[in-house]
Amino acid sequence: MAALDLALAICAALLALGPVAVMMRHRPAAPAILYGATAGLCLLVGLIGLAGLSGHGLGGGRVLPLGLPWIGAHFRLDALAAFFLVILGAGGAAASLYAIGYGRHEPEPMRVLAFYPAFLGAMGLVLLAADAFSFLLSWEVMSLLSWALVLAHHRHADTRQAAYVYLLMAGFGTMALLLAFGLLAGSGGGYGFEAIRATPRGPVVAAAVLGLMLVGAGSKAGLVPLHVWLPLAHPAAPSHVSALMSGVMTKVALYGFIRVVFDLVGPLAWWTSPAVILIGAGTAVIGILLAVMERDLKRALAYSTIENIGVIFAGLGLALAFRANGMTAAAALALTAALFHIFNHMVFKSLLFMGAGAVLTATGLRDLDRLGGLIHRMPVTSLVMLVGAVAISALPPLNGFASEWLLFQAVLMSPAIPEVGLQMLIPAAGGLLALAAALAAAAFVRIYGVGFLGRPRSDAARDAAEVDRYSLTAMAMLAGVCVLAGVFPGVVIDAISPAVDALLSGRLPMQADQPWFTIVPIAEARSSYSGFLVMAFIILAASGSAWAVHRLASRALRRAPAWDCGFPDASPLTQYSAGGFAQPLRRVLGTGLLGAHEVVVMPPPGDPAPATLAVHVADPLWERVYAPLGAAVTGLAGRMNRLQFLTIRRYLSMVFLLLVILLAGLLPWV
Amino acid sequence: MDRIAFDIAHLLAGGLLLVSFMMIYQDRMFALLRVFALHAVVLSLSVAWQAYQQGAAHLYVTAAIALIFKGIVIPTALRRIVQTLGIHREVETVVGVGLTMLAGIGLSALSIVLMLRVTGMADVFTREDLAFALSVVLLGLLMMVTRRNAVSQVVGFMSLENGLILAAAGAKGMPLVVEISVAFSVLIAFIVIGVFLFRIRERFDSVDVSALDEFRGDRQ
Repeated sequence: MAALDLALAICAALLALGPVAVMMRHRPAAPAILYGATAGLCLLVGLIGLAGLSGHGLGGGRVLPLGLPWIGAHFRLDALAAFFLVILGAGGAAASLYAIGYGRHEPEPMRVLAFYPAFLGAMGLVLLAADAFSFLLSWEVMSLLSWALVLAHHRHADTRQAAYVYLLMAGFGTMALLLAFGLLAGSGGGYGFEAIRATPRGPVVAAAVLGLMLVGAGSKAGLVPLHVWLPLAHPAAPSHVSALMSGVMTKVALYGFIRVVFDLVGPLAWWTSPAVILIGAGTAVIGILLAVMERDLKRALAYSTIENIGVIFAGLGLALAFRANGMTAAAALALTAALFHIFNHMVFKSLLFMGAGAVLTATGLRDLDRLGGLIHRMPVTSLVMLVGAVAISALPPLNGFASEWLLFQAVLMSPAIPEVGLQMLIPAAGGLLALAAALAAAAFVRIYGVGFLGRPRSDAARDAAEVDRYSLTAMAMLAGVCVLAGVFPGVVIDAISPAVDALLSGRLPMQADQPWFTIVPIAEARSSYSGFLVMAFIILAASGSAWAVHRLASRALRRAPAWDCGFPDASPLTQYSAGGFAQPLRRVLGTGLLGAHEVVVMPPPGDPAPATLAVHVADPLWERVYAPLGAAVTGLAGRMNRLQFLTIRRYLSMVFLLLVILLAGLLPWV
Repeated sequence: MDRIAFDIAHLLAGGLLLVSFMMIYQDRMFALLRVFALHAVVLSLSVAWQAYQQGAAHLYVTAAIALIFKGIVIPTALRRIVQTLGIHREVETVVGVGLTMLAGIGLSALSIVLMLRVTGMADVFTREDLAFALSVVLLGLLMMVTRRNAVSQVVGFMSLENGLILAAAGAKGMPLVVEISVAFSVLIAFIVIGVFLFRIRERFDSVDVSALDEFRGDRQ
């Protein structure tokens, strides 16, 4: 109870910091103070979450006399909410710490600060809400505040466009959530989560709720085909806000999905799970394919967020499939993998967006084709970005590998499922996930190789300087978490277990007892992985080789011009470009899936103009679905406009006709 | 006795519906006003019979209001308005009378079928009354929609109110306050629309409501 009250007080304080920011707007120190206060409050939220996961302060509820007078606002802290409070607290604290330094470069800091703390507070309230009204209200406040944050740089036309698309999609998603909660409450109309849990419902209604949640929470999280707003809106915001939106807000959306699908709706039939698995796996592949082809650093990261959301949804779908068949241990494995990946993605995606922000601060560029060579000028940023890139590419011994390994262990449990369809579908989805993982590695090799290695491709990249200490500290802390969670995955799994246990009444075995920090998800004979041993081996092998090389070869270090293939004074533009690096994948996979095509324009013979190669990658979904839909709505609205100018008698006739139609429509029912 | 009482109630309510139909095919203004007065008289008879049957004294008041105001005062006043304003004495219709009659028959059938099914539980008096009342309301609306002239739209509106009063009288135990307020709302509507007519007349020299549309600049 005390923990819940404290968490609610912190959320209220975060919401109150917005007006405080407006009042302090003329003080030059205001941004640092406010970001510092936000970081402290977020840290507290994270600690409350950690305490909750270890069993302190859970249970109990609080009814505040807010909102509708005869209902009030119900709040509750349970293990699942505690886990997501950790995500919110850690992500929020890191982003706020980063913003103390990064925020100085904002042209209009108050446009961000007025909404930033309140955005975090609203996300906290979403996690704590225990009735449909408070949940939806907090959700909508969260959406609107993040919309305002996306609009921070509102003078760019692109940003306004992105914010508009985001607002539309957010409204659409909330409508789906509203319908889902309407179905959950049923005709009895109990909107408290307790009442919803106690209401029995048929498999079709439950499946409809699942579908609506896929639309509602999925659009906020970025599931294909509802992802179109995400690569526009996330990069448009200032980088610490991008980190929060990608790292934390998508996780709050996942919380909503997990809360409803695993907790509130009750048992779901097995035939509902393939939809979640397939949409998740498809999202993963499409998202990362778009990331591979994207030239803009922040947009590539946003596409990668879509991929990771897909991976997590695939894990959740696996958990649904196993749970429907009563395979608690396998379901717990899949859910643990999904939650672990949620944590990991929060860490490394926040880190990567912050790194992109650091690059943006240092060079003013987001275009990969004009970066390069940053590792010499921004060594610390480059190091932490390397850690983030390795982690998100799921390479051992970092944390991304641990969670994806767990997920593939869950995929390997599929032969035990009785339904033949699922038996065949899950390995196929596993194949898609493996493809996505490989493409993710390619995408981040490209981002890191083109952006940070090689020689600078522009003056801005050549003159880059390392960013401030606050930003570096925040990024280094997140990089440290990546390493620690990768080397000691058992600790994280044990910490997640209470949340899994609360949802599935089953959990993975305790990992703390295993020797050498090994994780054993099912049984030792089946599979085990020790990040610690892998790391020890990597360190030993690497230092051994380094020692051998230096011992056996010359110790002398010399700097010489790069090999130039016989062409002296090679321009930095002869290096691999971002587009060039992506070309093989674009030709093989992008042509069919994404309609990517290249246009070569040759000047006529005798004309000394250079030939040009233009690459067009367009999301076919945007062209075939969203653009016609938008045009149809606009056209319809234009036509409806004529209704404003009818004669009095015609208005009367319309009312009369409607009355007659309604009366006639009543006939079959009575 | 009950049988005869029911038949008389049925006869009067059916008569009201019949007069509603009569209103639809009037193409002279004064004839329309006379038929409207007849409408109000039949209504007041019907309400009085209900009052006698239910032993509810307050319904006599309603019947009296219907008779005096709607049967005598309002038609006379409207007739005077038409005379003093020199309004065109022909009722301009939008669609032909035959088509309107057919629509009216369809609407009556719809309301009777619907009401008899919905009010399965109520007693016979109420059921019949409600079915006829809904028909009268719909016919009043139909008249408002199919006439261009403001006076005939006012008449359509008041015949609609008559249908409401028939329904209110048929439902037992409806307090007098409601009935009086319904009657007065009609009176107020009459006054408001009467003033409105003068205004139209002053400004446009016509009570054809399409003059208003012209004023808005979108005559269709």
